[in-house]
Amino acid sequence: MTQNIEKFDVIVVGAGPAGNAAAYTLAKAGKKVLQLERGEYPGSKNVQGAILYADALEKIIPDFRDSAPLERTVIEQRMWVMEDESYVGTTFRSDRFNQMPGNRYTIIRARFDKWFSEQVQKAGALVICEMTVIALLRDAAGKVIGVEVDREDGKIYADTVILADGVNSLVASRAGLREDIKPAAVALAVKETIFLPKETVEARFNLKGSEGVVIEMLGSISQGMAGTAFLYTNKDSISLGIGCMLSDMKAQNTTPAELLEKLKQHPSVAPLIAGGETREYAAHLIPEGGYHALPELYGEGWLLVGDSAGFVNAVHREGSNLAMTSGRLAAETLLELGEKGLPSTAANLARYKARLEDSIVLKDLKKYRNIPDTLHSQRQFLSDYPALLNGAAHEFFTVDGQDKATKEKAIFNAFRERRSLLGLLGDAYRLWRATR
Amino acid sequence: MHIVVCIKQVPDSAQIRVHPVTNTIMRQGVPAIINPYDLFAIEAALALKDQLGGKVTVLTMGPPQAEPALRKALSYGCDEAVLVTDKLFAGADTLATSYVLASAIKTLHQETPVDLVFTGKQTIDGDTAQVGPGVAKRLELELLTYVSRIVSVDQAANSIRVERRAEGGVQVLETRLPALITMLEGSNEIRFGSAPDMFRAARAEVCVWDRNAAGIEDIKKVGLKGSPTIVSRVFVPSPRAQKAQQIEFDAANPEAATQTLLDKVLVEIPKVKKQLDQTRDNKRASRSAGERHE
Repeated sequence: MTQNIEKFDVIVVGAGPAGNAAAYTLAKAGKKVLQLERGEYPGSKNVQGAILYADALEKIIPDFRDSAPLERTVIEQRMWVMEDESYVGTTFRSDRFNQMPGNRYTIIRARFDKWFSEQVQKAGALVICEMTVIALLRDAAGKVIGVEVDREDGKIYADTVILADGVNSLVASRAGLREDIKPAAVALAVKETIFLPKETVEARFNLKGSEGVVIEMLGSISQGMAGTAFLYTNKDSISLGIGCMLSDMKAQNTTPAELLEKLKQHPSVAPLIAGGETREYAAHLIPEGGYHALPELYGEGWLLVGDSAGFVNAVHREGSNLAMTSGRLAAETLLELGEKGLPSTAANLARYKARLEDSIVLKDLKKYRNIPDTLHSQRQFLSDYPALLNGAAHEFFTVDGQDKATKEKAIFNAFRERRSLLGLLGDAYRLWRATR
Repeated sequence: MHIVVCIKQVPDSAQIRVHPVTNTIMRQGVPAIINPYDLFAIEAALALKDQLGGKVTVLTMGPPQAEPALRKALSYGCDEAVLVTDKLFAGADTLATSYVLASAIKTLHQETPVDLVFTGKQTIDGDTAQVGPGVAKRLELELLTYVSRIVSVDQAANSIRVERRAEGGVQVLETRLPALITMLEGSNEIRFGSAPDMFRAARAEVCVWDRNAAGIEDIKKVGLKGSPTIVSRVFVPSPRAQKAQQIEFDAANPEAATQTLLDKVLVEIPKVKKQLDQTRDNKRASRSAGERHE
């Protein structure tokens, strides 16, 4: 039965956004690409909220809007700072934001990933599912020269291996290319897809046609843990989810399902999903360690892209766009090396990191490099301030015969009592430091 | 040895739902899989090929979307795949389906003589178990249903011996080839295809045959036209509305208890009384008829 399997230019491990972006870009340029996916079909292992940021995909497939399964164009963004029974929120809604082409869309990943993989296959890549990479093959000098899969006669060779194997990055970790993920560097997020008639979704959120709304939430819903929640409108469903740092959940002995149930019962959320039917329940890890947690991004014959490299901007909830961008940049690096006739040595693949540094991927991660630590050590941002803010709003908007000056004084005193004057100033400084 | 395996692509019944208003099956978004019973047929065929050599051709009739099922079969190690698809085939019942499959097998046979045909015990969507026997009858193949094990194949004597699950035991049957076997579930376990087979399957050309290529002689026998089966109504049985009743009995008086129970049943369910009366009348009638005979 032993047969020699031919050699490929590039093997891409994983069929998520990063792997698809890399495989598509390489195949489109005529490279001989093999993409391996352990799931039953491309996308079967993938979970996201999900928002698609147009820019990253546009740079890979400019006319994606013609055929990609998009749910709604996001025209309204809400930010809710929540207490147990209330929220203080901001809303940004703009007709200009809605001018086509849209900037961001809600998507359902099962459908979107199927589409994306079809584009990869049309571009000429060979995509094989239900094949799990168990090890990397190396030559005597230690350069990665291929992969070994979990099937008979499963050694497959390539000039370069792109690891797009997701947040757990089992292949890269097992091969010693990166450390195992740490609980303090990943969030555990859960979500439900709750189905409602299209008309109901549109009426509840004041939408027409393909318009959509996004609500980002933080505050008491994360029970003092570092985490946020979201609500996205799809065509005839709502994606509702919440995620917190894994280390926090462990410390508080909380399960994500409990958090989600509480979120669904929150008086501000419950009416939005009332009468809906949950048809999908999903959970996933999100690498939120940020810049300081980044592993080595390349080496002799290999590159890391997407979640496996830890490219997630937790503050702005960006991940899949960074995944796609890193996949594209990895591919473009290899195309450049190919043109110049250079091998995939670590020295040459350093160009990949240079490209990342010059892009949104590492620029943004660098900007927010101190956010994870700040949120970890300074819990007041997620517990005290939401409570104070909601208390203040309650005080301010209650007309009860009390004069406004007294009300303002009461609000100020509440802040000072809980955080002290120095604390307040310190927090402002810390937040400013963490985001620049 | 040329073995043909007939498979069907079916919606994954674990994920299927019935529309609460229209009572139709909601197939949208439900993944399609190879009929699980057919996997036992594929494995049995591949095991025979491992043992005796030759080739395994996998065959299905269905829409163009059925191609992934054939590709999947190739990834297990089947050698060739044929998709028989034609707009005229739509709406086929088991009679029309067995006609199309039999015609296709006849066409395959002209190229390389077919020794054995395998099918699953039945499909999980139709549940009729008629297509296999229908194909056998049309091609005049020896028919072995509910086979749990292939004991041996004697190519020189052109015979096969199998074990067949029957009520109360296992039958050991021997017959001549060519034969058609419907495999019983649990009789084997589908293999984990090798990497080269996976590659071959991903790249293989699946033969797509229309009615002409499949050698259909009489188009009146295919599709809806060739299907005498009429589905008059599909419905979801509604849950029983009647609530259970609790009747108190005096344990010391079983006769009274029996009487209470009988009254209750005969009064509240008139159908039972009617049936009982009917049975009694019949018995009387037959008894008096018997007396006359004597």
